[in-house]
Amino acid sequence: MAILTVREALQQALHEAMQDERVFIIGEDIGHYGSTYGVTAGFLEKYGPERIRDAPIAEAGILGLATGAAMAGMRPIAEIMSVNFSLLAFDIIINHAAKIYSMFGGKFSVPLVMRTTNGWTQLSATHSQSFDAMFAYIPGLKVVAPATPADMKGMFRAAMADPDPVIFIEHTLMYGIKGEVPDGDYIVPIGKSVLAREGRHLTVVTYSRMVHLSLQAAELLAQEGIEVEVVDLRTLRPLDMSVALESFKKTNHAVVVTEDWQSYGTSAEIATRLYEAGFDYLDAPIQRVNFREVPMPYAKNLELQVVVTTERIVAAIKKVLNRS
Amino acid sequence: MQKQRGSTKAVTSATQSVRSSMTSTPFTRALEHLGADQLVEYYRQMMLIRRFEEKCQEMYTRSKIGGFLHLYVGEEATGVGAISNLQPQDHVFTHYRDHGHAIARGLDINPLMAELFGKDTGCSRGMGGSMHFADVTKNFWGGYAIVGSHLLLADGVALQCKMQKTNGVVMVFFGDGATNGGEFYEALNFAQLWKLPVVFVCENNLFAMGTPLEVHSSVTEIYRKANAFDMKSMRIDGNDLLGVREQVGEAVEHARSGKGPVLVEAMTYRFRGHSAQDTQKYRTKEDVEKHRSADPLEAYRKLLIDEEICPASRLDAIDVQIDAEVDASVEFADNSPVPGNEWLTDAGIYAAPLETQTVDPTLV
Repeated sequence: MAILTVREALQQALHEAMQDERVFIIGEDIGHYGSTYGVTAGFLEKYGPERIRDAPIAEAGILGLATGAAMAGMRPIAEIMSVNFSLLAFDIIINHAAKIYSMFGGKFSVPLVMRTTNGWTQLSATHSQSFDAMFAYIPGLKVVAPATPADMKGMFRAAMADPDPVIFIEHTLMYGIKGEVPDGDYIVPIGKSVLAREGRHLTVVTYSRMVHLSLQAAELLAQEGIEVEVVDLRTLRPLDMSVALESFKKTNHAVVVTEDWQSYGTSAEIATRLYEAGFDYLDAPIQRVNFREVPMPYAKNLELQVVVTTERIVAAIKKVLNRS
Repeated sequence: MQKQRGSTKAVTSATQSVRSSMTSTPFTRALEHLGADQLVEYYRQMMLIRRFEEKCQEMYTRSKIGGFLHLYVGEEATGVGAISNLQPQDHVFTHYRDHGHAIARGLDINPLMAELFGKDTGCSRGMGGSMHFADVTKNFWGGYAIVGSHLLLADGVALQCKMQKTNGVVMVFFGDGATNGGEFYEALNFAQLWKLPVVFVCENNLFAMGTPLEVHSSVTEIYRKANAFDMKSMRIDGNDLLGVREQVGEAVEHARSGKGPVLVEAMTYRFRGHSAQDTQKYRTKEDVEKHRSADPLEAYRKLLIDEEICPASRLDAIDVQIDAEVDASVEFADNSPVPGNEWLTDAGIYAAPLETQTVDPTLV
């Protein structure tokens, strides 16, 4: 075990992936610039321009070439610097990468991994969005959003081993988060949720960066005698609700925390699954904590009211538990 | 449009010269290099496409085929001539009007007809239909129905060819209407930037669905769009089979030699509507008739007879044989089973279904 940041864990995972000669990385500013978030820093020097492909600012092209190369036997890693830019590649992702396996009768697949980032910090309306729900909506994609350094590394390994297109969602505000990471090669499977903290009064169902804020909230509430259980979904498609439902049957209360807009967002699906399968165990209406539904303002005082905070999570938990 | 038709006509005349004149033409050179049997084989391929599609139209009218049906009738010389240059290690991508390219690449018509009938024995197991023929064993990566985007996938396969040094070339077909969207320009830039072995074949049939060329494109000589990327390009008569073969052959060799991609603009014309349900308000009957009278298939047949490559009687016999093959494909498709319900589960959606399912099995 070593203590690594999310960035370092991902670097290890990428270096391991590069051991396979079929693997190459294609994306904007991954090489000469030195990598926007530092994940592929030094890769160009180590692996050369044939395998570390600085691409034009052409997101459809990046995903299109990666999809074609994957069909023909390569194992591309396509990096979309910010998920906001992925909108320009949605035709390729949704109409092609996600469809090719079934549309052509299962004769060939698209073993593609697309790395991308959510995130915000006064970047205003077009650079602060989350499209988790839009990816997870699409049959044919597998969508993962790990929260810890260990899961980043292990799930990236799983994504690379998978013959289907995997959307690998990172977060710009998580690269510096530290955690224990097992040495060497290991896999954390896609489609398996996990308990991040045990508790008995209420279940928080969440994923990605919101796991960390939920754990902070749980820590604060523990001082008031409220024991919160936190479930890290880790994968959005396929959505494994088994751990969350097990927890909900015990606590009978739930809050869903996701860093996206509420209407039609990921929390809508998660809460619905809890209602559908856990109705008999429900003691209070489920609450959701999400982005407020506006395009992200630039002004800091406004931005901080849009995003999810530990305080808002604490407030939602207390509301469900009818505590003040 | 008049301008385009005029220039097409000028190139066509190249095939009018006769062997006896001793002038070197695509015909004399093809005869010398390929022999008479191969020239007859091209006729067989064009006629197979023609008769297969006429049968498709009939089956569509009888509701044996559903969805969209985009026929290639009239454009056969482009597909057959261009694809005739490819080797087994080469690759083909095409658009939703994909029947002709599939047949030219050598796909068996039984699974093609079965695909149209929505059967399990279809080339895409009945999951794709008319717009999505594919056969990975022949590096025929399929027909794609979102205009222009498959050019990027073709670039991706070309990148694989280059990185793994397969010596393969990727040929990708699209229409004039595909050359206005952003993905076309991204694909050309990537291909030229990275010297990818791609031959972009634009089948300029003068209409983007029902919108005339001069209404949809600021530049009506599509091949000139390659100039923005310093890419080699050419405009050819897509209705002259042997001319297409020869000129696209040069483009293929250019790409294979590592010099980079080529944009070929093949001037052609579809005789049928955009799809089987098109009322064709955007063009006159006279216009269509004018092009039909210069049917590339009939012109090629006449060439083979006039140049004494093959007597009419033998060509007639080929036609009869093709009719029997096409009838047999209908019988094959009719007698084939429909796809199973596993296609409604993760097993049909993912190459590696996971323990956690994305599709609720209780709904299946």
